[in-house]
Amino acid sequence: MQVAIASGKGGTGKTTLSVNLSYYLAREFTRDGQKVLLADLDVEEPNSGIFLNGDVTHKEIKYRLVPKWDESLCTLCKRCANICQYNALAFIGISVVIFPELCHSCYLCSDFCPENALPMVRHRMGELIKYKINDSFDFVESRLDIGVEQATPLIKESKKFIEKSKNQYKTIILDSPPGTSCPVIEAVKDVDLVILVTEPTPFGLYDLKLAVDTMRELNKKFAVVINKYGIGNNDIDNYCKDNDIQIIGKIPHMQTAASLYSGGKILIDKIPEIQKEISTIANNLQNIIIKS
Amino acid sequence: MNEIVVISGKGGTGKTSITSSFVALESQNMVIADCDVDAADMHLITKPEILDQEDFYSGKVAKIDSDNCVQCNQCINVCHFNAISIINNRYVVDPIACEGCSYCYKICPVQTISMKNRLAGEFYISKTRFNNILVHAKLGIAADNSGKLVTKVREEAKDIADEERVDYLLIDASPGIGCPVVAALTGADFVVIVTEPSYSGLHDLSRVLELTKKLKLKTACILNKADINIEIAGKVKEFLNRESIPILAELPYDKKFTEAISKGKTIVEFDNGIIREKIENAWKEIKNKVT
Repeated sequence: MQVAIASGKGGTGKTTLSVNLSYYLAREFTRDGQKVLLADLDVEEPNSGIFLNGDVTHKEIKYRLVPKWDESLCTLCKRCANICQYNALAFIGISVVIFPELCHSCYLCSDFCPENALPMVRHRMGELIKYKINDSFDFVESRLDIGVEQATPLIKESKKFIEKSKNQYKTIILDSPPGTSCPVIEAVKDVDLVILVTEPTPFGLYDLKLAVDTMRELNKKFAVVINKYGIGNNDIDNYCKDNDIQIIGKIPHMQTAASLYSGGKILIDKIPEIQKEISTIANNLQNIIIKS
Repeated sequence: MNEIVVISGKGGTGKTSITSSFVALESQNMVIADCDVDAADMHLITKPEILDQEDFYSGKVAKIDSDNCVQCNQCINVCHFNAISIINNRYVVDPIACEGCSYCYKICPVQTISMKNRLAGEFYISKTRFNNILVHAKLGIAADNSGKLVTKVREEAKDIADEERVDYLLIDASPGIGCPVVAALTGADFVVIVTEPSYSGLHDLSRVLELTKKLKLKTACILNKADINIEIAGKVKEFLNRESIPILAELPYDKKFTEAISKGKTIVEFDNGIIREKIENAWKEIKNKVT
């Protein structure tokens, strides 16, 4: 099964849940060589790796394709700049300037150039590293280069990489970016379930509603985990109840958890209350997946 | 007029709590742009009255009129976004997957594909309960956030700030380092990074700082929840010192931040002690640095 951990609001605990749940599932729900994979798809700010130690087993640079101007073939007909919907090509004087950060790699300019003067070439966007954490736990991290603006193509490429080896894993957990726009949509595409992590504050509630609307628009099966339970108020409980949304876990707010988290530590080894809640979430997950 | 952008790299460090405090402190002499259009929360605290509202269109989306479709399959073959599929024997565009490149529109031999303007969200011009203008937006469900709506919010706010002759344009940006953040940072006079003493916070801080350096922007930092981990707080300060980034304030971890949000208040309205004092000083220092 593939599960994405997402949230509207940033900083609600996506990474905390992703890391601790993966770690727990790898320890308790695998036998006879079964494995869990955690993939950090928050490529702009990947943080899961801070909590994990392992050996690098694979590393690759990730590229996407953008046009490259071949001056020797170009007749300056300007067709490319006229048809590009993203203003990713411009005529400046007698040269064509390409802006890779605006390009969507649609191939239109390249294929429509009558002189074949715009071949598609590789453009670096980041790197992907795979680690072995232990015999039942692998971890993939994708990291966008600073200055590269589009996160979605790297997420797409990372998912292709995961897809190739998905049969090796009993469970795949995807730590997704915050928000509700394209990077999130790419991350949750094709997963069996999305867990929306929220916190019991008005910001948490408002952003949860946006995330719920997005999941419904995408026809995604989803459930909610409330993190930092105990701060703020009960509005999230009530909202979920009124809207028939299943809450599959409530991780208690604890100062010790915040301080262990800040030091890059796994929580379930140190805090029994949190281990208990992660175990509840793991069991609920199995039930949801079995039912569907 | 000075343009000040508040960013964080990592989400949940307290960016909106601090930004909304600046809003309360400066009141009429400021226009605010909530550029976190994915998860715009500023209005929950500043409780604005909407003065003007507009739909925001950005980019295109393909539409196939199946009556004339000859099912030649060329559109499916050229689409690099896998946005076209055959459902019940009809060729259909998935508007969420379509990126509006218009390749299918150009290639269709019977011209049965049209390109429509895409509704990307709504944006609002409002007056907050502090009597300043807030420009904010709501991204459409599952819409593309390439930074265009962010740019629209920022530019609209800037025009109003110029018209109203206020001294400050305050921008609340989204987490991350990608297009929406770059769009919010464009044109900034001063950047404030709100961070926290965790390894995640430090990691994200270093990435976002690299971005502001690349864009050659004057930057300072606020260390929130400073006492949550003294050892890592030390590392964050060491790092900032090495990078010659001044720290405007070190704020304690305090339940009052959450309580204030739950009551719909800014922290400077809720606390009259040390937290208020530190935020006031930070805002004064920002004003000194930009003028």
